[in-house]
Amino acid sequence: MAVPTRPSTQSAGLPPLPPPRSPGKKREAKKRRVNESVSTWRLTDRIGYVIMWAAGLTICAIGVGIVAFMAFKGVQYLRPQLIFSHPTVDVDQSASGGFLDPLLGTLLITLIGIIIATPIAIAAATWIVEYGRPTWLARLIDSGIEIIAGTPDIVIALFGLVLFQQGIFSWMSFTAEGGAVFGRSFLTAGAMMSLIALPMVFANTREGLQAIPAHVREASYALGKTKAATIRRVLLPSVKANISTGAALGMGRIAGDTAIIVVLLGASLRLDPSGSVPGLNVLKGTGGTLTSYVYNNSPAGEGNAAEKAYAAAFVLLLIIIALNFGVDLIARSSAKTGLETSRLGAR
Amino acid sequence: MLDRLREPWTDKRAGLMLGALACFVLAAIVFMLVFVAIKAWPSFQHNGLSWFSAKGNVDQQLDAMVNSGPNPSSADYQLGAWPLIYATLLTTGLATLLALFFSLFSAIFIVEFAPERIRRLIVPIVRLLAAVPSVIYGLIGILVLAPFVGSSLISESQKSDVQFVIPLTGTGLGVAVIVLAVMITPIMIAFTVDGLHSIPTAWREGALALGVNRWRAMWSVTVRAARPAIIAGVVLATARALGEAIMISMVAGSKGFSPNPLDGLTFLFEPLRTLAATVVEDAESINAPSMQASLYAMALVLLAGSFFLSLGSWIIKQPLKKYGTRS
Repeated sequence: MAVPTRPSTQSAGLPPLPPPRSPGKKREAKKRRVNESVSTWRLTDRIGYVIMWAAGLTICAIGVGIVAFMAFKGVQYLRPQLIFSHPTVDVDQSASGGFLDPLLGTLLITLIGIIIATPIAIAAATWIVEYGRPTWLARLIDSGIEIIAGTPDIVIALFGLVLFQQGIFSWMSFTAEGGAVFGRSFLTAGAMMSLIALPMVFANTREGLQAIPAHVREASYALGKTKAATIRRVLLPSVKANISTGAALGMGRIAGDTAIIVVLLGASLRLDPSGSVPGLNVLKGTGGTLTSYVYNNSPAGEGNAAEKAYAAAFVLLLIIIALNFGVDLIARSSAKTGLETSRLGAR
Repeated sequence: MLDRLREPWTDKRAGLMLGALACFVLAAIVFMLVFVAIKAWPSFQHNGLSWFSAKGNVDQQLDAMVNSGPNPSSADYQLGAWPLIYATLLTTGLATLLALFFSLFSAIFIVEFAPERIRRLIVPIVRLLAAVPSVIYGLIGILVLAPFVGSSLISESQKSDVQFVIPLTGTGLGVAVIVLAVMITPIMIAFTVDGLHSIPTAWREGALALGVNRWRAMWSVTVRAARPAIIAGVVLATARALGEAIMISMVAGSKGFSPNPLDGLTFLFEPLRTLAATVVEDAESINAPSMQASLYAMALVLLAGSFFLSLGSWIIKQPLKKYGTRS
């Protein structure tokens, strides 16, 4: 805890204030605090103190427990051939193949989602911070993104289903003979996933832009740069770290989302291309991701293959931890408490 | 045309472009509201306000919708969703209370009392708990917690007491609340830590100088002043809990049943199903028109709920601005 130093405001008639505390005095203060014994506190305070320690240690225990348990199960069941073989339908767990397709599906959907979300989020954040006129519109967009951040993913999934079953989006998914648009594909699911990642990229970018001091912009204007050039050449390059933080967090959210996959991607076992154009046919087709694979192989789904579910969940957890680790690397210098709400996806 | 695009953008054009992209977000919200409301309309039209009441068995009504064919009659739209709404309120409310208790004390711990070594451990853990996908929580809940509850905590007499009403297998309210609380605690901790940090240190030091101990100074000055931030965090975490679908559908037993608090301890073991879980589980039969209308009606209720919670957190945060603090 930093001890604030006070400017000595001496005025006539008053005894002079003590000089600002020096680092040497700080150590003394710390020593005194150790001597303060909890046993002299009132009973209610002592109870609160004990509960607090218990709560803190419980959180630690839960976190360590989950990671250790998943790692144990993962090491127990994860085999290299699981990652490199296609899944097949079989009642027997030993014959139902691996999860290559869901793994590719996770990577693909994460990529599509973040590619759509990042430009929109950056544009919105830049517009709000740098332009922001008219004010009511800026405030409206700001609250709009907050509303999107709070919207349940299952509602976003249902919205995507009705939106992409409209005729004008027929190029994005499989169309039946009668002209009915199926609405489920990697493209449609990725487009809806972008709504999940958007608030995180937005919040981090806006935070970064707001932290840039005004004199940086003024210096750029003084050199004759236009506002657009300032944004392009000065402001956006200097918030690169914030944008990558937001993007990595958003990718983590996309990779971990299940409801949109189940409703909007079909959650099938294999990648199921649709159409004849190579590349586009995969995007237009349905498939599954690791999350839907875990869901379907848990006792709640049809597969009921706990070993496969544990192995896939472990791979998923590794992806999430890797993304989080990336965020830590990027944001190490700027982090204050490490628990900023923009980093946890809740604003 | 291409030449014009290649030359540097003027300020006005850049502003218009960025503003248009930003407005895309608003368009998404408006479209979401309109589309979901249109799709939900038939269900409310046929049921009226009795949609929100308890009438008949929800599970049977939903099953009937799956089998109702492409041209359902008005009777096929019959739905009394109260058990699902009640289950949503129950899980969300209990999980929020539990998480509030844990997060408040842990946040105080992180901000003020934790030794540096433990703080360096607990902060990444909280961040990790926030990032773990809900399906992994659900997997642990259904493969570890539920069997444990089913075999060790539920006694045979409790099972036989209610066996003609509902079978107790372990999945149910208690497991759902615990896992849900673990899921939303990190968010609440983040908001509470933010709020506690935003209160000027001098206030607490003033209390310390008056001779109270560190716990009392923290509890009665800093926590009290940070109340709006804490409540705003609670409200947003509630919104998260409200919309959790996958995890709940895995661990809550998936029965359209209203647990009765008068059952004593058995209450905690009774299965239930929330609105969001119902949507995700019945999504595969969404092609039946009556089912489709019912699911979109549930989504509309969830959307309205999360919207009001966002609004609530915004209103609650207003007093904080008085202090000139952040967020």
